[in-house]
Amino acid sequence: MSDESHGGSRNSGAVDPVGQGGVDQFHNPGLPHHAERITDKDPRAVKRAETQVMVLFIISVIGTVLFFVGYFGVGHSGIEIGTKLRLQNTLIGLGTAFAMLGIGLGIIHWAKALMPDHESVELRHEIAPESQRAEAQEIIETILEESGMDRRKVLRNTLIGAVLVAPIPAVFMFRDLDRSQLGANAMVDRLRHTMWAKGVRLVRDPSGLPIKASDVQLGSAFHVIPEGLNELKEGKLNEKAKAVVLLMRLPEDKMTVSPGRETWNVDGIVAYSKICTHVGCPVALYEQQTHHLLCPCHQSTFDLTQECKVIFGPAGHALPQLPIEVDSEGYLVAQSDFQEPVGPSYWERG
Amino acid sequence: MTQTSEYTPKTSTGRIANFVNERTGAAGMVKEFGRKVFPDHWSFMFGEVALYSFVILLLSGTFLTFFFDPSMAETHYDGSYIPLRGVEMSVAYESSLAISFDVRGGLFMRQVHHWSALLFVAGMSVHMLRIFFTGAFRRPRELNWVVGGVLLILGMAAGFTGYSLPDDLLSGNGLRIIDGVIKAIPVVGTYISFFLFGGEFPGTAIIGRLYMLHILLVPALILLMIVLHLMMVVIHKHTQYPGPGRTENNVVGFPVGPVYAAKAGGFFFVVFGVVAFISALFTINPIWNYGPYDPSPVSAGTQPDWYIGWVDGALRLMPGVLGDFSFERNVALPWGENTFVFNVLLPALGPAMLILGLMFTWPWIERWITKDNREHHLLDRPRNAPFRTAVGVAGVVFYCTTWAAASSDLIATHFHVSLNDVTYWLRTIFIVGPFIAFWITRRICLSLQRKDRETVLHGREAGIIIMSPEGGFTEKHEPLNEYKRWRLVSFDTPVYVPAQPDEDGKITKQEKRRAKWSKFFLEDRVAPVTPAELEAAHHHHEVEGGDEPKALGH
Amino acid sequence: MKALSQRRRSPLAVFALLVIGLMVTGGLYAVAAGSVSEAKAAEGSQATVGNAENGQKLFAANCATCHGLSAEGSNSGPSLVGVGAASVDFQVGTGRMPMQMQGPQAQAKPAQFDEQQTSDLASYVASLGAGPAIPSEEELDTKSVSDEDLAEGGAIFRVNCAMCHNAAAAGGALTRGKFAPTLSGVTEKHIYEAMVTGPQNMPVFNDSNITPEEKTQVIAYLKQLETQGSPGGNALGSLGPVAEGLFIWTAGLGLMVAFTIWITSRHA
Repeated sequence: MSDESHGGSRNSGAVDPVGQGGVDQFHNPGLPHHAERITDKDPRAVKRAETQVMVLFIISVIGTVLFFVGYFGVGHSGIEIGTKLRLQNTLIGLGTAFAMLGIGLGIIHWAKALMPDHESVELRHEIAPESQRAEAQEIIETILEESGMDRRKVLRNTLIGAVLVAPIPAVFMFRDLDRSQLGANAMVDRLRHTMWAKGVRLVRDPSGLPIKASDVQLGSAFHVIPEGLNELKEGKLNEKAKAVVLLMRLPEDKMTVSPGRETWNVDGIVAYSKICTHVGCPVALYEQQTHHLLCPCHQSTFDLTQECKVIFGPAGHALPQLPIEVDSEGYLVAQSDFQEPVGPSYWERG
Repeated sequence: MTQTSEYTPKTSTGRIANFVNERTGAAGMVKEFGRKVFPDHWSFMFGEVALYSFVILLLSGTFLTFFFDPSMAETHYDGSYIPLRGVEMSVAYESSLAISFDVRGGLFMRQVHHWSALLFVAGMSVHMLRIFFTGAFRRPRELNWVVGGVLLILGMAAGFTGYSLPDDLLSGNGLRIIDGVIKAIPVVGTYISFFLFGGEFPGTAIIGRLYMLHILLVPALILLMIVLHLMMVVIHKHTQYPGPGRTENNVVGFPVGPVYAAKAGGFFFVVFGVVAFISALFTINPIWNYGPYDPSPVSAGTQPDWYIGWVDGALRLMPGVLGDFSFERNVALPWGENTFVFNVLLPALGPAMLILGLMFTWPWIERWITKDNREHHLLDRPRNAPFRTAVGVAGVVFYCTTWAAASSDLIATHFHVSLNDVTYWLRTIFIVGPFIAFWITRRICLSLQRKDRETVLHGREAGIIIMSPEGGFTEKHEPLNEYKRWRLVSFDTPVYVPAQPDEDGKITKQEKRRAKWSKFFLEDRVAPVTPAELEAAHHHHEVEGGDEPKALGH
Repeated sequence: MKALSQRRRSPLAVFALLVIGLMVTGGLYAVAAGSVSEAKAAEGSQATVGNAENGQKLFAANCATCHGLSAEGSNSGPSLVGVGAASVDFQVGTGRMPMQMQGPQAQAKPAQFDEQQTSDLASYVASLGAGPAIPSEEELDTKSVSDEDLAEGGAIFRVNCAMCHNAAAAGGALTRGKFAPTLSGVTEKHIYEAMVTGPQNMPVFNDSNITPEEKTQVIAYLKQLETQGSPGGNALGSLGPVAEGLFIWTAGLGLMVAFTIWITSRHA
C-alpha cells in the first residue's frame, strides 16, 4: 500500500526474518521482583481482610434469609402481579443474588488477600514427543497389517459399501414425521388450497361476524377469516395460517386493475392475503393515506393501489388477491379460492 | 496400588484423601492438577462466564421442566393473569403462564434461565473474539478453536429451540419465519418444513419436538463439546500474554490449588449472583404481553433473541425486487417449472456461511499465508498482528451491520429517522463497511506499533514541561525500565514471504496466489526495536542534547 | 485535586471521563425528557359544551391557513367537512394540531388550546357535516368491563392494533419516518377517538368493524396493561428481544468485565 507505512521499518533496516532468534535481540529480563502486599507486611491488614471476608459470608446468609422473606412473606398464587408479585420476584432475586455474591466475593477476596500470591512458573511439555508419535504410527500400521485391510481389497470395499448403505433406512424412518399419511404430491399440494371457496362469507377475526359491503368505509381495514374457521375442531390454526385476509376499501380512481381482475373487487373493496410472500409474517400494517401495507417483521412494503406489488423490502412477489363479491343478503363472500398459493415461496410453487 | 504400610496419613483430611486414593487412584490426578499453573488475566475469564452460565442454565432449566408441559392441545386459560382469562391457547403457553404467575419463584427462575441464556452466548462470543484477536487459535490449538465454534453454533441452537417453547405470539411468529426460510430451500425445503412441523405450519407437533431437542439432544452435545474443550485446554496448557519472565516454554501464573481454584470457584457464585441480580430487577420476555400464538396477529418489533438477530437482519437487508427484477426466479426445468427463492436463500445462508466458514478455517488460512507453522503459547497484542486484527474488525463490522439491521424499526422510531433510510444506509455499510473497517484498523494498528517504537527509542512522556533558556517548551521523556521495554519489544510479527519454489524448483499457481495474499496482508509491517537501534537512538540524543520531543528520526 | 491531576494519564482516565460525560449527557436528557412528559400528564379530559361561533373565530385564526377559510381543504391540509367532532378533539386535544411543521406525520405535543377552545373548535367542525362525535362517558367507562370482556378486548387489540402499536402498546415504526405512537399515557377518550376517526395513516375502525362495546373492552385492556405494572421488574421499554440483547451486552457483560478485572488484579 502506501509508502509512508514502511517508514519506520524500512529506513531503519529493522525488518528481521520470521522467527526472531537473531543475535540482535533484547534479552528477556525475567520475572519482575515480587512486590509484597499490604497483608504480607501488616498484621492489622490481615485482621481487616479476615473481617471483610467474614462479613461477605454473613451477607450471603442474610441473602438466603431475604429469599425466604420473599418466598413466604409475600404470599403465593393469585397475588396482584404488578405490586406483590413484583415485590416477591425482587426479594427472591436479590436474596439469591446476595447469597451467591457473598460467597463468591468472599472466597475471591480470601484468595487475593490471604492466600500466597507468588506467581509460579511451570514448564510446558511437548504435546506429542517425536518418539511417541513414531511409536503410535507403528502400532497403527501393525493393526492395519494384521487386520488385512490392505491385502483383502474385496472384503474391505464390500464392507465400506455395506456400511454406507446401512444407515439409509434410518433416514427414511423419518418419513412419517409428517403425520398426514399423504403421498408426496398430495403433501405439497396442500399449500395451494385454503378454506376459501365460492360463496364463503368474509367474517371478522376473532369475532366471526359477517361483513356487509356498506360497513367497509374508505380508510378502514378489516381483519378477516373465512366463515366456519372458528368452528373447526381439527387443524384450525393450520387453516388460519393460510386463510387470513385483510379487507380494505380504496377510492376507485386510485386503483390499477390488471386484466382479468376487473370483477375481483366490490366498488373498490379489495381483499388480499395477509401472509407475507417473504417468509410468512402477517402483513397487517395498513397505512390508510399512502395505501401501503407493511410487514412488521422484515419491512416488506406492498402498494395496495398497484395490486399489492412489492415496492420495498425483501419480499419477492405481490400479495395474492382474493376475488370477492356480494351475496344476496348484502354480505361479502369469496368468488373462489386464491388463484395462487399464499405465503412464502417454495420450490414447487412454479 | 498404594503401599499403605509405607505411608500413613497424619491428619483426618489426609486419611479421607488416602481412603479415596487407594480406591480410585486419584493421587495421580491430584499430582497432575493440584498445583497446575494457570495464567491470570481478566480477558481469560469469558470462557468461564459461558461455562458457568451453562451450569446455571442446567439448574434453572431442570426446575422449569418440572412445570412445563410441551403440549399444543387447545385449552382455555383459567389462571391468575386476568387479561388472558378465558382466552383459547395451547397447553404449552398455559403452563408457561402458570410458571410465571402460579408457581412461587417460577417467574424468577424463568428470568434466570432466559437471562443466563443470553449471557451464555454473549460470553462465548466475547471469549472467541478474545481468542481470535490475540491469536490463541494458532498451533497447537486449532482443533480447540473448531470445537469452540461448534459450541457457539450449539449455543445458538439451544437458544432458538428454547425461545420457541412458550408458544407465545412472538416466538410463534419466529417459527413462522423459520418455516418460510426452510421452504425456500431448493428441492427439499417444502418436505423439510412438513417433516419438522408434522404437516402444515403450525401443526401440533413442533413444540414437543423442539422441547426434546432443547432439553436432551442439544444440551448433551454441548456437554460433550465442553468436555472435549476442557480436556484440550489441559493438554495444551493455557496461553499467556507476553511479558517479562514469560516465554514460549513456560507458564507463569497461580497454582490451581488454592488460589486459582478459589478464584475460579468463587467466580461461579459471582456469575450466578449477577444473573440473579439482573433477574430480580429486569423483566425478560414478558410472554403474558404477547398472548398465545395465532397466525393472524403480530406485534410491532417482532425480533429474535440477540444471537439470531444477525440472520434476521440479513433477511431484512436483502431487496426482494430491484426495479422490475425479482430475486424470486421461476426456472423451467425438464420436469416442470420450479422456484428459486434467492431473496430468502442468499441472506439466510450467505452471511452465515461467510462468517462461520471464515471462522472455522481462519487458523489454516493464516498458517497458509504466513507459512508460520510453529507452536505459539505467547499471545499477540492485537496491534502487533495488524492484518489479523483488521480482518477481525472487518468481520465484527459485517456482523454488527446485519445485527443492527434486525432492529431497523427500533432505530427508526428511537432516532426519529425513516425506516427506509435506515435500511438503505445499512445496505451500504453492509457492502463497504467491512473494507473501510479493514483499512482503518490496519492503519491504526500500524500507528500504535510505531508509537510503541517511539516510546522504546525515546522514552515515555513524563508529563514534565521544561522551558529552555531560549523560551521554548519541551516535554521531558523518561527512558523505560527493562521490564516495560520488554513488553514493547518482545513481539514477533510475520513478514511477507514471496512465492517459494517447491521441491521440483517450480513455483505453483497456488503458491503465487499465497504470495499475493501474503504481500497484501503483511507487506506493511513495523518491526520491533533492536538493541542496536536503541543504542543509535541514545547516541542521537546525546548529540542533540537529549530530551528532544517527538524525534521521528529513526 | 492534586491526586486527580496525577492520575489523568492513567489508562482508566479516558474511560472515567467517558463515563462521566455520558452520565452528564444522559442525566440532562432525562431531565429534559421528564419535563416534557410532565407537560403531557397535565392534559386532562372533561366534557365541556362547545360554542360553534367561537370555534369559527378560532378556526379562522389558527387553522384556516392550511385547511381553508371554510375548512374546504387546500394543498397543505385536508378538508375537514364531515370529519366530526371526535377528530378535532383528538387532533387538537393531543396537540397534534395545529401542526408545528409539515413532516411525515403530525406529532403529539402539549395542547395549544384549552378544553373550552378545543370543544368550540369541535362544535364548529361538527356543524360543517356529520361525522363521529366525541364519545360519551358511558363508552369510556372501562370500570364496568368484566374480566372476560377485558380479555376479549386483549384479543381484539392483538388482531387489530398490535402489529403497529406493539403487543405491549409501546409503539412501532411505519414506512418513511412515520410511526405508530405508544399508547401508554393516552387518555381513554383519545384512544376511542383515534379508533373511530383514523388519524393520519391509522385505519378507521368504525362501529361495524369494532363495536362500541368492543372499543371499550380494548381500552379497558390497555388501561389494565398500563396500571398492572411489570411483575418481573423493569420492563426495559417493553421493546422485546432487542432491548434485552442490548442490556445483556452493556450492563450484563459490563458487570462481568468489572468483576473479572477485580478478580485478576493484585491485592494492594
